[in-house]
Amino acid sequence: MSVTYDRTIQAKPPVAVGAGPAQAVRRPKRRPHYRLRRYGIEALAIAGGLLIAVWSLLPIYNMVIISLDSHDDVFSGAVWPANPSLGAFRVVVTEDFWYLARFWHQFGNSFYVGLTVMFLTLAIGSLASFTIGRMRIRHGWMLSNAALMTYVIPASFLAIPMYSIMQYYGLSNSLWSVILALTTFATPYAIFIFSQYGKSIPMELDESARIDGANPWQIYFWIYLPLMAPALVAVGTYALLLAWNEYLYNFLLLSTPDSMTVAVALAQFLNSDESPWNFMMATAIIYAMPPIILYYGFRRYMAAGLTMGGVKG
Amino acid sequence: MSVSQRALPIGRITAARPARRAWFGGMRGADYVWAIAFAVPYVALFLAFVIYPICYGLWLGSDPQLYSQLFEDPRYLTAVLNTVIYVGVGVNLKMFLAFMLSGFFMRKRWWVKALLVVFILPWATPALPAYISIHWLMNGQWGMFNNILWLLFGIDGPVYLNSHWMGLACNIGAYVWKNLPFWTIILLAGRMSIPQELYEAAAVDGATGMRKFAHVTYPLMANLYLVCILLDTVFALGDFNATYFVSGGGPAMSTEVLATLGIKYAYTLALPRLGVAEVMTALPVLIPLVYILMRKLRVSEGQL
Repeated sequence: MSVTYDRTIQAKPPVAVGAGPAQAVRRPKRRPHYRLRRYGIEALAIAGGLLIAVWSLLPIYNMVIISLDSHDDVFSGAVWPANPSLGAFRVVVTEDFWYLARFWHQFGNSFYVGLTVMFLTLAIGSLASFTIGRMRIRHGWMLSNAALMTYVIPASFLAIPMYSIMQYYGLSNSLWSVILALTTFATPYAIFIFSQYGKSIPMELDESARIDGANPWQIYFWIYLPLMAPALVAVGTYALLLAWNEYLYNFLLLSTPDSMTVAVALAQFLNSDESPWNFMMATAIIYAMPPIILYYGFRRYMAAGLTMGGVKG
Repeated sequence: MSVSQRALPIGRITAARPARRAWFGGMRGADYVWAIAFAVPYVALFLAFVIYPICYGLWLGSDPQLYSQLFEDPRYLTAVLNTVIYVGVGVNLKMFLAFMLSGFFMRKRWWVKALLVVFILPWATPALPAYISIHWLMNGQWGMFNNILWLLFGIDGPVYLNSHWMGLACNIGAYVWKNLPFWTIILLAGRMSIPQELYEAAAVDGATGMRKFAHVTYPLMANLYLVCILLDTVFALGDFNATYFVSGGGPAMSTEVLATLGIKYAYTLALPRLGVAEVMTALPVLIPLVYILMRKLRVSEGQL
């Protein structure tokens, strides 16, 4: 793939010191050629950009249009609805449909699960990374390998035994079953990022604190955690979004309307063929809002988190 | 992983450091207690929710009869074929597009930066609403996609989700749509970390377009690209949501993949042991992949 911005440098006419008349004649001849080519590339890029925008937005647009449809049962699929209305959103917000009777309660459940998973992931992950990376516990490599293995095993392949085990632990239909399962899948990433980020914190801080008589807990809590703040924000956002977006485990482990999260409630609409799709899409949009807001709000931190454990040095 | 929000732990590009000393003077007495206490929560979590389910699953799927039952089921054989196509096409197509797009997003124009914000939207949207929307978009009778085809070209589009191959293509398309931004950003970060001086030096030596790519971009990106391909293969293998919500495995369970068929066996057909056995048949592929990935990710901790 050509790196096109270098071409702009080449396209600049060379600075002619004491340019003679011969060069002055030649230059206007060459310019249109370069300009034409640059405009051609730019036009191609804009066409590609338009294609990307349509590709990215079409399903989102479809979602919005269906939710604005004012019909209750007839689904038209028009490119623009005949009578757009916000009625579907009103129904969702006032819980005025039997699938949505406990909508705000379920919304609260989703938040409860998300925030608890976030907190547990941060706590367990930072403690583990502290013993592995700072205290250098013997056999610490086994812990990081365990984390790495958990990270690369597909969660959906563990779903069936996990379901039986949750029954065995007495956690069936409890939000804690989902919380514990999702914490298990979010913690490895946390350990990985924390270990990477922790390397940038000088060991001398720990040493001087130890000379001053601090015990490991004090070093962890008063030195390690505050310095890890950017990594904590990145991993916390990751854990929260992972929990909020998860469907399979919620669906398997939670069954009553009072224990469901929004993801399960939303998929319930698919059980029947005659569901009001505009209500479903309005629910879907409300459900999608917190992650989108969080994502765009914390974009800088998310990008930092990606590049931190990601690829940029 | 069946989660939509993913992130990628690949080591930073830094020179390998010499091993650091352990704590000043080593750990003594009470410190050991603390160190072990700090490790206990994660060890407990790992034993209770990773090791135990794995062992329980191995026990559930240990009956050889399950496997003969499985190999006689035509739905299973279709699912294996679908999984191979889904993973093979989905991962490679997506990674190739992501690689191209990461080059596109290197352009320094204001509208390219604005486009990047829009482009990220599929990734920020949770998988469930996105896939449900794509399911309705591709509906043959009322779907907006066919309506647009009709408005623009006067073509009456086919009923996509009623056919095995088109249904599978829709699933792959949805998976690519959802995850393309994430991998584009990973590869974009990789491209941005290539020092600009290398390109300048290459330009001084007379390299243009293709040669710069072949001698600068390609050698520096190859390892990252490979790690991304491997990691995404594991993710795609375990992807449940796209197939479950876009085609629903239909028509007549012909677009199921291993991840969804296992759940269907276990909970729709109430054959949990068969479901576990079905997942276990992915192990001969999964174990080498996991092994290679663990090595790759660990090695890349120092340098990439």
